[in-house]
Amino acid sequence: MKEEIIIAGFGGQGVLSMGKILAYSGIMQGQEVTWMPSYGPEMRGGTANVTVILSDKKISSPILSKFDVAIILNQQSLDKFEEGVKPGGLLIYDPNGITRLPERKDITICSISAVDIAAEIGNSKGYNMVVLGAYLKLRPVVTLDNVIKGLKKSIPERHHSLIPMNEKAIAAGMERLVIHNSL
Amino acid sequence: MAEQILMKGNEAIAHAAIRCGCDGYFGYPITPQSEVMETLMDEQPWETTGMVVLQAESETSSINMLYGGASCGKKVMTSSSSPGLSLMCEGLSYLAGAELPCLVVNVVRGGPGLGTIQPGQGDYFQACKGGGHGDYKMIVLAPSSAQEMYDFVDLGFELAFKYRNPAMILADGVVGQMMEKVELRPMKPRWTNEEIIKKMPWATTGKTSDRKQNVITSLALDAAVHERLNHTLIEKYKKMEDEDVRFESIQCEDAEHVIVAYGCMSRICESTIEMARKEGIKLGLLRPITLFPFPTKEIDRMVPQLKSMMSVELSTGQMLEDVKLAVNGRLPVNFFGRLGGIVPSPEEVFEAFKKSINK
Repeated sequence: MKEEIIIAGFGGQGVLSMGKILAYSGIMQGQEVTWMPSYGPEMRGGTANVTVILSDKKISSPILSKFDVAIILNQQSLDKFEEGVKPGGLLIYDPNGITRLPERKDITICSISAVDIAAEIGNSKGYNMVVLGAYLKLRPVVTLDNVIKGLKKSIPERHHSLIPMNEKAIAAGMERLVIHNSL
Repeated sequence: MAEQILMKGNEAIAHAAIRCGCDGYFGYPITPQSEVMETLMDEQPWETTGMVVLQAESETSSINMLYGGASCGKKVMTSSSSPGLSLMCEGLSYLAGAELPCLVVNVVRGGPGLGTIQPGQGDYFQACKGGGHGDYKMIVLAPSSAQEMYDFVDLGFELAFKYRNPAMILADGVVGQMMEKVELRPMKPRWTNEEIIKKMPWATTGKTSDRKQNVITSLALDAAVHERLNHTLIEKYKKMEDEDVRFESIQCEDAEHVIVAYGCMSRICESTIEMARKEGIKLGLLRPITLFPFPTKEIDRMVPQLKSMMSVELSTGQMLEDVKLAVNGRLPVNFFGRLGGIVPSPEEVFEAFKKSINK
């Protein structure tokens, strides 16, 4: 198993922390992992992206130009990374703020209205977990058990009371995913 | 198996420092290495091991704090990124001249000048060929993973004290910022004062009646004395070349072509090797782990079986010179590099490699 994922959006959407939780879940599952962020003046408002690789074997390059999965949370990232998805791969996007829909016919395309869903369940900060849920529904590369373990490792102990809320957000994401173009 | 923690290379440096018995860290923040001091400040080791963590007023100041700490036989270190390292070069020359052990971490970004905060490898010459004035060398370790960032702190100190010489970890923005799993090694206690007096009889630990005073200086106005000092240093550098060359070779046994790359570029080139092998091209990778001492002998040993070599760097062809010196005209030595903080993909390196052997 080797899964090469790019997660891209605005700074502040939880792109990097979603990647970190996914990577930690991979460790809990006994996988090799790398997490490589774009870094720089991108704290809020700018674009942020992270490449996460999960693999059964030692990982060589942490930097990629082609991805199995692209998780896209704004228009700029869609423009930038749509063509980088490998044929047969998967693109998940949040339609919020998207003005040009993805056009590829040789990949699976799904959407998750994570902004709306997170607001509905009263956990707008759980936005990135809704997206993670949608991804895991299609690609169960790590078990939900290991995701919870990964969450516990990624967030400080004083916030562990929030884990059930995050679990709910993940479950909502799994339920509400919309598949547009299945191969 | 010990617990594995997901962390950045920079964070690994900080945890390793605390856990290997480092006495003092002195630094000044700069991207992309700021997480080193941030992590140390979070961990507050002064409450546990007694390790000092101090933000100096500039990099010039932190390197001179190292001079003070090292003179007393303490395990001291700093970290910075390229422009900060330039400010430290005077201090490094003095530390080498006074034969003081210390560890300096450079998480390299693109230069020259303020350059970019994105990854680079343009400080190879500065690290391996001087930087500061005078005939001196440093042991230069080039990690390519978060685990090596961790492990090379202890190794760097070990070599620095073995040779009474500054050691450097030459990382890059990718290795510093990337998160991977890291296994923490068992805690080593800091040396006690008694241990320091025993291990470092040269250190300024307080004069006792049974010995002459210890003087730490790089100044020798007497020509004969100064020439002797230089010869002592040369002997030391030669010993490093004899005893402490480290490298990793990947699929080199049957290789007809070999890429030489270090740090983040070696990781990327590893994927390039896999691509080449799939196409039936016998390509191998030599990854120098010590940039000084450079694996010259290993390249020399490989030359007869090869058709070409290629140095791949995030610089304009700096390590290329050392590869060419080792090859000594017996093979074509090609080069590929990107600049400005652009890190090439494995595919891009592969294209460049194919072009280089078909020209």
